[in-house]
Amino acid sequence: MTDATLSYRAQRPPIKRTSTMIFLGTLTVFVVLVTVLSGADLISTSFVKLLGKTLCLALAAVAMDVVWGYTGILSLGHMAFFGLGGYMIGMWLMWARTEAIVQANLATQSLPPTPAELRDAIGGQIFGVVGTSDIPLIWSFAHALPLQLILVVAVPGLLALVFGWLAFRSRVTGVYLSILTQAMTLALSLYLFQNDSGLRGNNGLSGLQNIPGFENTSQAWISLTFFWASALALGLGYLLFAWVVSGRMGSVLRAVRDDEARVRFLGYHVESFKLFAFTLTAIVTGIAGALYYPQAGIINPGEVAPIASIYLAVWVAIGGRGRLYGAAIGAIAVSLLSNWFTSGGVPDIDLGFYEIRWTEWWLVLLGAGFVCVTLFAPKGLGGLVDLIARRTDPDRQGAYGPDTGAKRTSEGAE
Amino acid sequence: MSLLEVDGISVTFDGFRAINGLSFVIAEPELRAVIGPNGAGKTTFMDIVTGKTKPDSGKVLWGEDNTNLIGQSESTIARAGIGRKFQKPTVFEDQTVRENLSMALKDRRGPFAVLFGDGGNQARLMEIAEEVGLAAHVARSAGELSHGQKQWLEIGMLLAQEPRLLLVDEPAAGMTPEEREHTTDLLKRLALKHAVVVVEHDMEFVRRLDCRVTVLHEGRVLAEGSLDHVTKNQDVIDVYLGR
Repeated sequence: MTDATLSYRAQRPPIKRTSTMIFLGTLTVFVVLVTVLSGADLISTSFVKLLGKTLCLALAAVAMDVVWGYTGILSLGHMAFFGLGGYMIGMWLMWARTEAIVQANLATQSLPPTPAELRDAIGGQIFGVVGTSDIPLIWSFAHALPLQLILVVAVPGLLALVFGWLAFRSRVTGVYLSILTQAMTLALSLYLFQNDSGLRGNNGLSGLQNIPGFENTSQAWISLTFFWASALALGLGYLLFAWVVSGRMGSVLRAVRDDEARVRFLGYHVESFKLFAFTLTAIVTGIAGALYYPQAGIINPGEVAPIASIYLAVWVAIGGRGRLYGAAIGAIAVSLLSNWFTSGGVPDIDLGFYEIRWTEWWLVLLGAGFVCVTLFAPKGLGGLVDLIARRTDPDRQGAYGPDTGAKRTSEGAE
Repeated sequence: MSLLEVDGISVTFDGFRAINGLSFVIAEPELRAVIGPNGAGKTTFMDIVTGKTKPDSGKVLWGEDNTNLIGQSESTIARAGIGRKFQKPTVFEDQTVRENLSMALKDRRGPFAVLFGDGGNQARLMEIAEEVGLAAHVARSAGELSHGQKQWLEIGMLLAQEPRLLLVDEPAAGMTPEEREHTTDLLKRLALKHAVVVVEHDMEFVRRLDCRVTVLHEGRVLAEGSLDHVTKNQDVIDVYLGR
């Protein structure tokens, strides 16, 4: 018995821990590299922003991997939480900046403005585009950063909790659940498109790249700071999820994915575990969104359209679900490639009779890539790591022989 | 005293009466074999007791205070102390033997208790692995095990749950004669303290269990008693043994 216990410890290196360390190490090197390059003016501010945004998308993908790759819930609505996080932080950014502008304008008048006048002026500024100057109730907390930061966590979390509770308790699973999540994000998007939603309809929230209180700081510094914050969030989020999917919690989540009926007979309330994974990942996705949109500068209802969540699933599938680094690699690789192809970085191909313009053809390429990964490499890009690991490790698992007289693993390693 | 009392349950699937006024009592401790031809309602009976299927009528009373289990969720019933072993071994194939057993270990089952828990009593886990002959294989993935080993792993998971009532569906299927003997011993030993219900086709196996037998036919009890008693029953001979 002791032998088996010992061999368990000896033969099963904490793979998760190793991959987590490698991931965090790589992330740190990457951050240092980008910081140095940006300090030496070798990369542009907009590129730093692109990288920062990409890290936020990677965090959302890691969360998606936990809910899909580990728990088996193919949520096609997680970008709704991403968008909500963005809207919540955007409200404060817009309010605080407008307040500063309005104050500066009114300061030239002979009489100092009353709070009511100030409020009216802010309302007029923000909501003029949707033809009103009334401040909707949902903006009640927009003046206070701490309150709005709480909403960054609370709004996606509550939506996920309520939606998940309703869906899971009715035992909606598989493709039907995916369709429900699509409906959720579509409904949210359609609601936000309305002018009277209180969030400026299709105009969305803009000017988010200007951080109130840092008007005199250059965009180079602001984008670098957000890049660092995004990297920190990705690192912490990765650690959190690596912890969640290890140990018995990870066992139960994977078991729910593989055979939820069997898990019920073991005495686990499957719905609670699904709800836990769904809500936790929604919250982290919301935080990722709150870091993304100040770097993007604008958020509008199109961002929570169903297609956004489908992209998220595609990134995770291409990167390799069921492993956290795979999801991060997939999101980073595909979104950077997508940016390269759609921003004119790749020269168009003139075939004589037809010109392939990558801005249009990129989606075709992505779709073909997705089909190829699904058919030929179901483990995704992360599966490459297995290939490398198999080359370097002896191809043996478990104890070598049936008893202590047989060849032992310790001999095999020699 | 009775641990589980199934009282007049009936269930119909699309007009087919799978269980027809079935009544059944099991004491603690007791070993009971349930036999019957295909379609006699053995699996449906287990599904009802474990909460998977809701019967149209009847009661399932459990424990000292006679709680009605009908309408309770599968997980609540499992936590109340009813463990089930499936006919086809259902273990989590891409997890290790240790992880499979660890999940089954009796412990708190809420998401936060599981998240912040220490992974359960490892000494107990190894004891169970030893009992089912898998101590040397705890680090292996359950998918690599042989059919018989998977059966053992599932029995191990059942033991780890520490249930009061064990519902065991064809435990000896796919086992070697030695393994069958081990299974018989184990079930008999468990039945000294627990209530054990074994569903089995194999008459030889049932004979070795040497316990009270309930014969099901068309969703109701046809005969009950010792194996010799029921095999002499003319009804039983007609519907089951006579074929």
